[in-house]
Amino acid sequence: MLSAGLLVLIGFMIVFVFSKAWPSFANNGLAWFGPGGDVDTQLAEIFNSPAESKSYNYTIHVWPMLWSTMLITGGAVILATFISVLSAMFIVEFAPAPVRAVLQPAIRLLAAVPSVIYGLIGLLVIVPFVGNHVITTHQKESVQYVIQLGGSSLIVGIVVLTVMITPIMVAIITDALHSVPRTWTEGAKALGVNRWRALRTVGVRAARPAIVAAAVLATARALGEAIMLSMVAGSSAFAPNPLDGLVFFYEPARTIAATIVDNADGLSVKPFGQTLYAFAAVLLISSAFLSFAGWAARQAMSKYTLGAR
Amino acid sequence: MSGPGREEMRIREPLGVAAQLPPPVRRIRTEADPTVVPGPNGNGASQLATPAGAKLKRLPRPETVPVERMRTDELSIAYGSKLAVNSVSLNVRKGEVLALIGPSGCGKTTLLRSLNRLVDETPTVVRGGRILLDGESVDDFDATALRRRVGMLFQQPNPFPMSIFDNVGYGLRERGSKKPRRKALEPEVHDALHRAGLFEEVKDDLDHPALALSGGQQQRLCIARSLAVRPEVLLLDEPCSALDPISTAVIEETIVSLRSEIAIVIVTHNLQQAQRVADHVAFMYLGDLIEYGEVDQVFKAPIAERTREYVSGGFG
Amino acid sequence: MSAQTLADRGQRLYTAIRGNESWSIGDRIGVGLAWLAGIGLCLIAAGILGYMLVRGVQYLNVSEVFSSPQPGLDQSETGGFLDPIQGTLIVTILGTAIAAPIGVATAVWLTEYGKPRGLARAVESAVEIVAGTPSIVLAIFGLLVFQQGIFSWFSVTGEGATPLGRSFIIAGSLMALIALPLIVGSTREALYSIPRHVREASYALGKDRASTIRRVLLPASRRGIGTGVVLGMGRIVGDTAIVFILLGATLQFEPEGAVPGWDVLKGTGSTLTTYVYQNSPAGEGGSPEKAYAAAFVLLMIVLVLNFGINLITRERQSMWGR
Repeated sequence: MLSAGLLVLIGFMIVFVFSKAWPSFANNGLAWFGPGGDVDTQLAEIFNSPAESKSYNYTIHVWPMLWSTMLITGGAVILATFISVLSAMFIVEFAPAPVRAVLQPAIRLLAAVPSVIYGLIGLLVIVPFVGNHVITTHQKESVQYVIQLGGSSLIVGIVVLTVMITPIMVAIITDALHSVPRTWTEGAKALGVNRWRALRTVGVRAARPAIVAAAVLATARALGEAIMLSMVAGSSAFAPNPLDGLVFFYEPARTIAATIVDNADGLSVKPFGQTLYAFAAVLLISSAFLSFAGWAARQAMSKYTLGAR
Repeated sequence: MSGPGREEMRIREPLGVAAQLPPPVRRIRTEADPTVVPGPNGNGASQLATPAGAKLKRLPRPETVPVERMRTDELSIAYGSKLAVNSVSLNVRKGEVLALIGPSGCGKTTLLRSLNRLVDETPTVVRGGRILLDGESVDDFDATALRRRVGMLFQQPNPFPMSIFDNVGYGLRERGSKKPRRKALEPEVHDALHRAGLFEEVKDDLDHPALALSGGQQQRLCIARSLAVRPEVLLLDEPCSALDPISTAVIEETIVSLRSEIAIVIVTHNLQQAQRVADHVAFMYLGDLIEYGEVDQVFKAPIAERTREYVSGGFG
Repeated sequence: MSAQTLADRGQRLYTAIRGNESWSIGDRIGVGLAWLAGIGLCLIAAGILGYMLVRGVQYLNVSEVFSSPQPGLDQSETGGFLDPIQGTLIVTILGTAIAAPIGVATAVWLTEYGKPRGLARAVESAVEIVAGTPSIVLAIFGLLVFQQGIFSWFSVTGEGATPLGRSFIIAGSLMALIALPLIVGSTREALYSIPRHVREASYALGKDRASTIRRVLLPASRRGIGTGVVLGMGRIVGDTAIVFILLGATLQFEPEGAVPGWDVLKGTGSTLTTYVYQNSPAGEGGSPEKAYAAAFVLLMIVLVLNFGINLITRERQSMWGR
């Protein structure tokens, strides 16, 4: 009854978003995903298109946003995975009891802080720091004809996002390491393998499905993080250019989710709204795809943990 | 035969004397003994009659000259305030199998686990007395280095969630910074599998997951894994208690065949198993070493009353 | 300190860095990194908390908590954030009030009934999908749905009587969606942990399933349900995207229509989260002080909620005597 209603609601949501988003895709074809031109100008033109539905302007090429999304999300998840696995190993094996007692609440605190506060601290503390003290004037001048470097940048986005998604991952991975059967770690130690190696080769290996699950969860969270990133990573739809060397990290970047937030006030203008729904549709598909990918990866790994005690 | 005055009988005799005595001559007994009723392969409840003329059922084995490898001097181990092992002095020799027998909770597993310092992983443990490996105290070693010379097999087979080859090669790979390549490891892995008696069965399936093997095969895999690092002493904690009779028989033969190169200590609940594989037997009860002697003597002419009761199935 | 001890220490340090046969350099680096990661997380948490405390104390005037925001050019005139606080309260209460019954009912149905199987699995997947969907997407969806004509009595109407799709009610309803998976999850866990013999005892006494649920199981899982509800509330309080899109950007309440009470709910307003966003350089405002003050209050609320859960769960003794 109620649960069935929930189901209907979800189905509705998916269908709805797609139906509203369709014109944007239809008018652009595959070029929707491609590069070409500045996304902000294109958005502005869509916004300004004439009121006749026949002459709506839909042209948009979102590649810069896709690229930024991949960079920020991918970078944060990779970084967070490393940090989480290391922290989990620390908690399970190496942390002295008083340190462990501080670390658990610390992680829960990090998980509880709302994204707007991360954004605030990022914006008021880290961004000026990076803009004034880390990026040199020379670096700013080297790209000044293309983009202004102000501190709101790729690297700040990645770092703050990493801190946001690490706590969830640490919790999951620590649980998994704790539940590795003791006979395995004892067996490894009895072979004359030191604590670190034993944990790394046996414990982490046994916890691989959990690590994958945690990474998928974290990616979903990272993809959807709109507010913090719109505050911290720059408000222009610029595609950071790896050929710029180190400056690459200082260039602004804006993900799909952040773009939706930044442009939310124009939702009532029809073609603009539909373009934004198209963005949302992309996010929706990505989340669904991620859930499926995580499930599939865990199935593949279950071969080696069959019959584990 | 057996009786007081025989040099090898001892109850808490100073070890120096024992170590100097010449090894006894053994006769290999293979014929079925009509006075011994073979009990089921269970724990301790044997119907072993011990008249003076009975012959023990023992596995055939080559002659060896035992050399002392490890020794405990008045070893005591306590968990917190609870004493688990009380002032035990024992000898572990290459060339022979030492069986630790006794009822549950008597401290034999604790004693076993102290020999490779695995008992130190428990936070509340306190040790007194000395454990010596080739004359050096084990506390002077790095625990990890010690465990490469003193290996252990557990009650439940615990192969890692990897392929068979990776399991056996694990100890060889995870030492030092250079990771040896597979080709370099192959001879050692094959050799270890041979010595464990498993090679013929798995030689075509070395990359299959180890967890797909049967219980007996898994335990033999664990033996191969321990053998690959070439230990000098091997500690076995009731290795066959979870296995079927056929696997048990295979493993017991393996144990006997290994004893000429490696000193073996086996903890077992199964008195017939102790008879089959052991050369020396130590009987423990509630943390004390009650009797220590040759297998013939302990089973057929035990000195202590407690030993006699246990060995004839009076309690267990 | 004699030369010998110095030499010993030097030797040990040398071995510690260089590694020996048991611990290679790679291993030692690994352990070092693990320490770094753990201590680093502690320091970051302490840093965030400390910084917010410092700034909050620095900029928060208690009067601000109790005064409404006013438009004005000078900072000293723009008042406080009473309205946003009330906004947060309304949205949280609405969201929880909608999510809790639906969530508990769904969880009960899934654990106690659960047939037909296909439907149960579909519902589970649906809850998981909602849990995984970013709140911004949920917000857009909400906008889509509630902009349809039939929902005009829920929200602010724009020109030509088309609903704008923004109001407290709408925001509250969507907040229910994000709290839902947490409530469902906690309730299911609580129900699973009740051993079978309790249910069987109840059936043996002649009670049917519905009254067993009502009289025995639900009271027994109060702690789990409570945990889920508080978790959900924490999530609602901290969410910005839904509010931003579905509540408009007005600093004060803007009631709509003439029915007292209902008009506020139909209208727009703001919550602490959007207030912080607006006052930061990312929004309109150039008043970071207000942003810090409001953020401090927000953080305190969230922390109290989340650590309140610890108190609930710590008291959880096993009631089943095992």
